[in-house]
Amino acid sequence: MTSILTADGTPLKDSLRKAERGRRAKAFLLVAPLLLFVLISFVFPIFEMLFRSIDNPVVANNLPLTIEKLQKWDGANLPDQETFSLVAKELLIARENSKVGKIAARLNFESGGMRSMINKTVRKVRKYKGNDYKKALIQFDKRWGKVVTWKVIKRIGQRYSGVQYLAALDLKVNADSTIGLQSEDRRIYVKIFLRTIWVSVLVTIFCLILAYPVSFLLATLPLRISNLLLIMVLLPFWTSLLVRTTSWIVLLQRNGVVNDILVALNIISEDGRIQMIYNQTGTLVAMTQILLPFMILPLYSVMKTISPSYMRAARSLGASPLTAFVRVYMPQTTPGIGAGCLLVFILSIGYYITPALVGGRSGQLISNFIAYHMKSSLNWGLAAALGTILLVAVLILYWLYNKIIGIDKMKLG
Amino acid sequence: MAFPPYVGVGGKITHYTFIIFCGFVFIFLIAPILVIIPLSFNSEPYFTFTEGMISLEPEAYSTRWYADIAKNPQWAFSAANSIIVAICSTFLATLLGTLAALGLSQSHMPYKSAVMGVLISPMIVPLIISAAGMFFFYSNIGLAQTLPGLILAHAVLGTPFVVITVTATLTGFDHSLTRASQSLGADSRKTFFKIQMPLILPGVISGALFAFITSFDEVVIVFFLAGFEQRTIPRQMWAGIREQISPTILAVATILVVVSILLLATVELLRRRSERLRGISPS
Repeated sequence: MTSILTADGTPLKDSLRKAERGRRAKAFLLVAPLLLFVLISFVFPIFEMLFRSIDNPVVANNLPLTIEKLQKWDGANLPDQETFSLVAKELLIARENSKVGKIAARLNFESGGMRSMINKTVRKVRKYKGNDYKKALIQFDKRWGKVVTWKVIKRIGQRYSGVQYLAALDLKVNADSTIGLQSEDRRIYVKIFLRTIWVSVLVTIFCLILAYPVSFLLATLPLRISNLLLIMVLLPFWTSLLVRTTSWIVLLQRNGVVNDILVALNIISEDGRIQMIYNQTGTLVAMTQILLPFMILPLYSVMKTISPSYMRAARSLGASPLTAFVRVYMPQTTPGIGAGCLLVFILSIGYYITPALVGGRSGQLISNFIAYHMKSSLNWGLAAALGTILLVAVLILYWLYNKIIGIDKMKLG
Repeated sequence: MAFPPYVGVGGKITHYTFIIFCGFVFIFLIAPILVIIPLSFNSEPYFTFTEGMISLEPEAYSTRWYADIAKNPQWAFSAANSIIVAICSTFLATLLGTLAALGLSQSHMPYKSAVMGVLISPMIVPLIISAAGMFFFYSNIGLAQTLPGLILAHAVLGTPFVVITVTATLTGFDHSLTRASQSLGADSRKTFFKIQMPLILPGVISGALFAFITSFDEVVIVFFLAGFEQRTIPRQMWAGIREQISPTILAVATILVVVSILLLATVELLRRRSERLRGISPS
């Protein structure tokens, strides 16, 4: 079979393929600058940050010989004399490079009290002239004489490990190297994760309950009126988040507008003013209001396309208004419900600003703890581990959203 | 309202309950924004309506909090920072975003959905994670605590909005228009600027406005990346809310509400114009 040739003699198939390749390259070239920009300054930094959750360079880099020695240690009895003198010498070197603080802090995250042990030891070792480091160190701080201490150093000395993930899930490595629960007072993160999910579920449900009737109204009203009302939905969307959070503080605080109205209407007494802000209630109310447009807009855009004749047909065939609505109208709005709920849930699970400002103690979510470990406690490894868990959850939901609705269908305003 | 004859009493009650419920939702949406406007003119340093304000006495109202803003150089300084960062990052985001949208909307684009997924991700990833990642990244390359660093960081956050709005205007773009233009002798550059550009311009501008408001309103990244010298208005407001909330915050908030009303009005006008241009009936 002879192939069809173009005017210049090349087979048509090749020529077409070449043209197609050219167009693909052209399309890709248009996208490339942004893709590179996002990959380099957004995706890569996030992965680099998350890598810190398994990367423990501090002890491994500053006590390398000790850690190497400890690899051969049986873990049953105290390490030998040589290990003791190695750790003493390496701590002194670390002191000269001013790394002791970092080592002490890292060990302290793992086991409370080790900061003082390291600092005390470094202070005393400097003045020590003898050779029996084993005896000396145990004398400086009796914790050096415990096998557990050495096990902690060995574990934290591993360059790559999942200890931060254990900490993020309220687990710890026991003295006998089994994994167990953290002590009662240090078990916080699982509770916070559950609270974050609970708050996000509640916000999503509240948004759906409030948004559904409003979207229905907007979709059934004449265009002229619904366009006006739509502006009331879009205005909060365009208003600064901090402005809206400020207004909720003004409205809900003890001497705020809502309490004043309730007192003026004699619903509550002057002393019975309700604390509605700086707690979980405040977070819920403010987040619901802030995320409501993200539920109304997708619902509205789906409802707009549903022809009213389906409902009329159902009614004329004998369905009651309720049956017609539930059996005929609502199933057609599922794509909108799915899109709105997923979007609101994704946004609320990572929410930071509003809980930080109006949440008080009981309204803090996981993002607030990540920020705390990033900015205040400087436990970046733990912040990264908590962040990875949060990000994985969000990415699964994002993937689901793309699968069900498609990101190219996402609309703004 | 006129009901069809078959609607009974129950139906009417349901209908009115429904209307009242919707009314409450609209109040819930809009009241927090509107309530701060009169409160910002309170002559007392309170966050609630004084008796004088309710009985509309002129002495109960004053513009002293606005005078406060003018007096405090910190606000002018952070406003300047906010505007510089927002304008530069919007420019960058709009340029890159529009180019990418042009590529993405071609049927020849390889790996379209994966690429789209990456490009939209800055909108989806929780801000605190983006901020933490960028904090280390920009510190390493020496751009932390500088305006260029902040501009680049905000530009990334703004691009998804541009990509989405421009892609939306390009769907339903009639490609026979470009073919017609080319068959009439226009080269591809002329076709782009004379035919394609005017049609997608509304999308580009509303994307740019989204990017602008994203940057202008952003505080978490600023929190991690900016030093005192790069304070923006939201950062300044954050400090105000956290430390001691004074009515000056309400005055600033009112100004921001007015700005957002103007932006919203612009976007709405553009959207309607774009729909008219593309021959889609307004919706």
